[in-house]
Amino acid sequence: MALLEVDNIHAYYGKIHALKGVSLTVEKGEVVSLIGGNGAGKTTTLRCISGLIKPTDGSVTFDDDVVADYAAHELVPMGIAMVPEGRGIFSKLTVQENMEMGAFYRNDKEGIKQDMEHGYHIFPRLAERRTQIAGTMSGGEQQMLAMARALMSKPRLLLLDEPSMGLAPVLVELIFDTIRDINQQGVTVLLVEQNAHMALQIANRGYVLQTGEIILSDNAASLRKDPMVQKAYLGID
Amino acid sequence: MNHTSSLSWRSLLNIGLLAGLAIVYTGLIGMIQVFSERGIIAGVLTMGQIMIFLPPLVAGYMAARRSREQGAGRMILNAGLAGLIAAVLPVILVLLIRQLDVMGVDIRSMFVNASKALIDHLTFERGIGPGLAMLVGFMTALGLAGGALMALPERIRQTLITGTTWVIGIGLLSEFMIQILRNLFGNQAGRSIFQAGALKPIPALIIFIVTAGIYYFWQLQGANIRARYARSGEGTKQTFQRTSVGLLGILLLMLPWIVGTFLSEVLANVGLYVLMALGLNIAVGLAGLLDLGYVTNFAVGAYVMGALTSTGPLGLAELNFWIVLPISVLAAMTTGFLLALPVLRMRGDYLAIATLGFGEIIRLLALSDWLAPYIGGAQGILFIPKPHIGSLTIDTPETFYYLILAACFIMLFISIRLNNSRTGRQWMAMREDEDAAGAMGIDTTLAKLLAFTLSAASGGLAGAIFASKLGAIFPHSFSLLISINVLSIIIVGGMGSIPGIVVGALALIGLPELLREFSDYRLLLYGALLIIMMLVRPEGLWPSAVRRRELQSDAAEAAAAD
Ligand SMILES: Nc1ncnc2c1ncn2[C@@H]1O[C@H](COP(=O)(O)OP(=O)(O)OP(=O)(O)O)[C@@H](O)[C@H]1O
Ligand SMILES: [Mg+2]
Repeated sequence: MALLEVDNIHAYYGKIHALKGVSLTVEKGEVVSLIGGNGAGKTTTLRCISGLIKPTDGSVTFDDDVVADYAAHELVPMGIAMVPEGRGIFSKLTVQENMEMGAFYRNDKEGIKQDMEHGYHIFPRLAERRTQIAGTMSGGEQQMLAMARALMSKPRLLLLDEPSMGLAPVLVELIFDTIRDINQQGVTVLLVEQNAHMALQIANRGYVLQTGEIILSDNAASLRKDPMVQKAYLGID
Repeated sequence: MNHTSSLSWRSLLNIGLLAGLAIVYTGLIGMIQVFSERGIIAGVLTMGQIMIFLPPLVAGYMAARRSREQGAGRMILNAGLAGLIAAVLPVILVLLIRQLDVMGVDIRSMFVNASKALIDHLTFERGIGPGLAMLVGFMTALGLAGGALMALPERIRQTLITGTTWVIGIGLLSEFMIQILRNLFGNQAGRSIFQAGALKPIPALIIFIVTAGIYYFWQLQGANIRARYARSGEGTKQTFQRTSVGLLGILLLMLPWIVGTFLSEVLANVGLYVLMALGLNIAVGLAGLLDLGYVTNFAVGAYVMGALTSTGPLGLAELNFWIVLPISVLAAMTTGFLLALPVLRMRGDYLAIATLGFGEIIRLLALSDWLAPYIGGAQGILFIPKPHIGSLTIDTPETFYYLILAACFIMLFISIRLNNSRTGRQWMAMREDEDAAGAMGIDTTLAKLLAFTLSAASGGLAGAIFASKLGAIFPHSFSLLISINVLSIIIVGGMGSIPGIVVGALALIGLPELLREFSDYRLLLYGALLIIMMLVRPEGLWPSAVRRRELQSDAAEAAAAD
């Protein structure tokens, strides 16, 4: 059984049918990319997985547990962490306080301390800025903080919603390198991106979402060669 | 942000006219006349005069500040002009009142306070011609003085303002200073310092020199002293902290004895508000839930105490105060919990409006005929007995002060513990960003319920003590004004800050009780104070560290966005 199984889910916002039967799986240890254009339903899919909205039909199963049976905050201790679109950091707290909040449900002081140092090791830029107010940091630094904070909850599945959004190319590269590192340390990653080029480089497999439906799925290398993907998402004619 | 360094004629005109308008407005609503009864320095200065003199001074200061890059000459010119312009509207007012009076038009039917008395105050009782000349002269001079104040180095300016503030503060409270001195040293005490409810000139000067001197010294040496304290060993620090806490404790315990019965009553009322503000602070300051219906909890506590202890016809059980006290608190907490349920999904403004509604509902319920058989409707509940401890009856203001002080300490202890706990961090996360808090695994629903429930406890406690202190309760004691008072205390004191609550309660509840004329204009003064606070000191009088940072980073973001 896969770590995450999304089975034919439907989701509505009022009358808008945002997800029309989306199915995908993420195996333990994988990086899976979900790519698609604006309004395709990528964020909605992640919201269903992290329990923020309940699909009206179909099911999401995480490690044999049905996600819909739990409230969003209960899924964090179970091992799902999400870095939302727009990062959702506590902009008025310091970097350090943000990191501490990330470990909120945990009680193992020693472990938290170790993971904190590990987080600062992965993102050395944050280590220099422990006492800085998070809201005063650059967009890239905030993205790093959001990821580091998500790791503080010791997730087994990390959901990333467009981590490259609004970042300069150098930083995008740095962020994606780090995602790969994090994955190699044992965290399974589901990555939502419009930047298909980068997303398919670090992913094992990928799905293409269009107006609420998965229209393609394959391993990342094949997707990169797919003429439709090249035309629509990689800007290659 | 746009820092204009040169002041246009138009803004100068605006500043001056605004200052004049302030005088005309306070005059027409009768404030200047009422406050003229309150002497600050005997035979020299009244509070009414300060209300005339302050606007041109501030106008001069503002005018000078906004033209400080146009050279000293322009600064002084602008300051003087601002003062002069400030005199225009008051002069017109005086002439208009007199002219209409001569023509036999009765404007007092519209403006009750547009009277001879107002003219007298504005002309210093010197008649129209010389009086108005004096007014114009004074106001121009004050404008210039305001400009000069601006031109002074920051440190000296602050020193002068500090000294003056102390003199005005002590002068305002002369009557009570006299009472305290009499209380401590016998009937003759205070005669050398005070006269006719105001400071004598020489003592006023001494107070000015001493307070300004201390402030100046602290400006020069404060950083050194602080640094030396920071460098001192843990032991020294602990001793210092313990000593100051101990001294504060002794002072609080001796306070009723020092200030006497009347002021003890005032302190007891301030204490009740501190108690409520500590409670509301849990919802508003810690958890960021704007609750405008805090009076609900106060009313529930009071009515439960009234209904269960009253020995009158409405008394349900005639129980003992100490048995009902926890019941009142539990009842308030239950109400807090139940009322939180329907508003769990509301945020910000919507939450504020819904809670505002609850406050009104509870008052109307108390007034209703439906519940009248149990809680008396408009007649309220009478014959609520005083608490006893053994053979001691708590019935004087002094004994109630101790009871309320004890209650405050219990709530204070709980507040501090909560703030530093896991729950406190949960609230902090929720206050900052509810969605992000949820993503951290925080159960925001539970956190909100907890905040509303715990916050209600303190209101219930205050209500219960209030009921037995008064001996009778009526629906009109539980108006919206209570919620407003409590919220204003928190805002003025500094959100989330516990010392701020005490300072805020003393300023907003203590002052109006001491000075009747303040309570007549209570809402106007609240409004003015809140606006001034938001402009000058948005973090409150005594802010908590986190809140200060929040506001600073807000300002930084705003600056960066420009
Ligand atoms: N809160 C909402 N209320 C109503 N409609 C919504 C809401 N959130 C999303 N939608 C709609 O649902 C559809 C899918 O939105 P979603 O945010 O999942 O897209 P997305 O793939 O994440 O797009 P983007 O790349 O722009 O973030 C869109 O048509 C959007 O307008
Ligand atoms: Mg999206």
